[in-house]
Amino acid sequence: MPNMNMVESVNSALQTMLSKDKNVVIFGEDVGYFGGVFRTSDGLQEEFGKHRVFDTPLSEGGIAATAFGMGINGLRPVVEIQFADYIFPAYDQIVNEIAKVRHRSGGEFWCPLTIRTPAGGGIRGGHHHSQSPESQFTHTPGLKVVYCSTPYNAKGLLISAIEDNDPVIFFEPKRCYRGPFYGDPHNVPTWGGHPEAEVPESHYTVPLGEARLAMEGDECTVIAWGAMVHVSEQAIKNSGVSCDLIDLQTLVPWDRSAIEKSIAKTGRCVIVHEAPKTSGFGAEMAASIQERCFWSLESPIERVTGWDTPFPHTTEWDYMPGPTRIAAAIARTQEE
Amino acid sequence: MARDVSDIPLHIPDAPHRPGEDAKFADWPWEPGDLGKLDVDCSAEETSEHANGLVRVLGDDNSASGKWDPNLSADEMRLGLEHMLRLRIFDDRMMKMQRTGKLSFYMRSFGEEAIAIAQTMALEEQDWLFPTYRQPGAQFVRGRDMVSMICHCIGNEEDNVKGRQMPVHYTFKEGRYISVSSPVGTQFSQAIGVALASRYKELDEVTITWIGDGASAEGDYHYALNFAGVFKAPVILNVVNNQWAISTHSNFASGLQNFAIRGIPYGIPSIRVDGNDFLALFSVTKWARERASKGLGATHIEVLTYRAGAHSSSDDPSRYRPADANEHWPGGDPIERLKDHLINIGEWSDEDHSNLSEKLDSEVMSAYKEAVRFGDLANGPYPSSDAIFTEVYETPPWHLMEQWDEMKKWRDD
Repeated sequence: MPNMNMVESVNSALQTMLSKDKNVVIFGEDVGYFGGVFRTSDGLQEEFGKHRVFDTPLSEGGIAATAFGMGINGLRPVVEIQFADYIFPAYDQIVNEIAKVRHRSGGEFWCPLTIRTPAGGGIRGGHHHSQSPESQFTHTPGLKVVYCSTPYNAKGLLISAIEDNDPVIFFEPKRCYRGPFYGDPHNVPTWGGHPEAEVPESHYTVPLGEARLAMEGDECTVIAWGAMVHVSEQAIKNSGVSCDLIDLQTLVPWDRSAIEKSIAKTGRCVIVHEAPKTSGFGAEMAASIQERCFWSLESPIERVTGWDTPFPHTTEWDYMPGPTRIAAAIARTQEE
Repeated sequence: MARDVSDIPLHIPDAPHRPGEDAKFADWPWEPGDLGKLDVDCSAEETSEHANGLVRVLGDDNSASGKWDPNLSADEMRLGLEHMLRLRIFDDRMMKMQRTGKLSFYMRSFGEEAIAIAQTMALEEQDWLFPTYRQPGAQFVRGRDMVSMICHCIGNEEDNVKGRQMPVHYTFKEGRYISVSSPVGTQFSQAIGVALASRYKELDEVTITWIGDGASAEGDYHYALNFAGVFKAPVILNVVNNQWAISTHSNFASGLQNFAIRGIPYGIPSIRVDGNDFLALFSVTKWARERASKGLGATHIEVLTYRAGAHSSSDDPSRYRPADANEHWPGGDPIERLKDHLINIGEWSDEDHSNLSEKLDSEVMSAYKEAVRFGDLANGPYPSSDAIFTEVYETPPWHLMEQWDEMKKWRDD
């Protein structure tokens, strides 16, 4: 099985779906001739033609609206918003239009559309190339929200998203495109040799709505998504505590039963995300977990998140949850 | 230190007339025959005269003339007249029912009946319509059953959108009439995608869409023109300038006095047409369709009209403009004008007109009676509240199933 980094596995998912379904079209800023600023659509225009993979004006609202129109007229568009930070001009189209058209039209029109967008920090991108705005979409009925973390789940989840008949917002942790991120900016590993970088060339899916057990243990449940999966893995190793590490993969609908099962075993829980704490998706999960698992919990649910501030440039390592901060939270859950 | 410029006050526009003032409209300098027919492969710049002028066919005496006369048969014109009159009578009945609480809300097309009807009649049946709430008349052209329209408006058990949307927000996929949305302007940019998908599928389908003068200030209007220009989309982009967005005059929508010319710098041929002239609307739309169908790209049309009534059942226009303003509109009334034309050529009479009115009145009344058999907003029965949870997704995920079960426990069944 070939070894792929996440750029290559996303590219492979797009290539697979362009080959499989003639209704799949791909467009966005710089995605056509150039193959995307992160190279995720490299070579696809050459292989499939300009009518299937093309550049657009710099207009996120126009991209989303065009995709809406194509979606309701029988195509299956996959569009790229170059950075998640730039998705907001499209917010009305996504929240009021794309998410609601199936419902508002009594099921007569629907929009099988995937919006891919690189998200998250760790590349010295400052305010506007670093944000992780997933909770601004998890609060919108009608959308599915996915956040991949490895080359393997990126391809499998992206194929599921494209084949899904509902609109999907698909976040890709840009810091992990070329290697996992363990929270140390001076350690820049590649995906080479990583078990999650063994990616089939052919079509396969990772189902939406199912979490992945990335590590297995019995003293604490750590829940994370995107780049924080790998940072949490490092933190767990540093902590010496035996943990389940749950890679959520899909935020809407999220895999509550996997988490309940784990907490029934561990009695302790740490939720990790890069996005700001207030109204972050961790808040939703913590509320649900206390409703459902109150009598299993041995200690308060911990949240380790980005701060409620704009994302910084030079000091981003003090903003993003790191292994030390996460390990400290894991340790707190073990206190008697 | 900045110079004192208190002699140059901050400029805030105003409407040309307000309550208590005379309605002020300049006399029209435009006559039928002023403007020649354009080649379908003309450039955007070559339409400058047509964007700055006004395409008319029906003159002040309501006779038809000029190069844009579509030479419709009397039967076609009578059908257009019938649909317009049907819409006006339908609107009046529904507004009365709104006042008695049978509907939560209503919006008439009063004074603008010609627009969607003439334009849809000029298209082919496979063409997509992407309307605002002010183009319901297109559904009559596409053969929608009036009972089904009323069932939607009164939110009863037979509402095809299951009680989810406010009245007048129709969906009629069978007639290729795409679901109306409340956020103004969003359909304009979406229409480009619909049109590009048709071209991708290599089908001769054209998409027509409309936006108001007010909503043309939204980003979506500009996204639409830009994408349409860049991708040569087979789309007809209409700005219906009825001069009022609730109480906001079109002076607040653009610093220009003209909406048509805004298409030219986007590279899109642009024309202004008299929106109360059925024949001019038909002709310009047919021309735009031919352009789209031949791969020549989009056409941008300003449809110049006047919103003769209120924005909706929720506002009283006499609070923000002279109550009789519409009577002074130089474009007159679209129904009266086509009627006069048909009478002038000996194809219609006042008696025919009153017979048609009576026939349509009873058609609307019997459709209404049929519709209320399935309930109305005042008395129910309503669509099942299960419809809150269905079609949010193709299949409800677990969290919706749980909340749905919880609702079932609490609702009054």
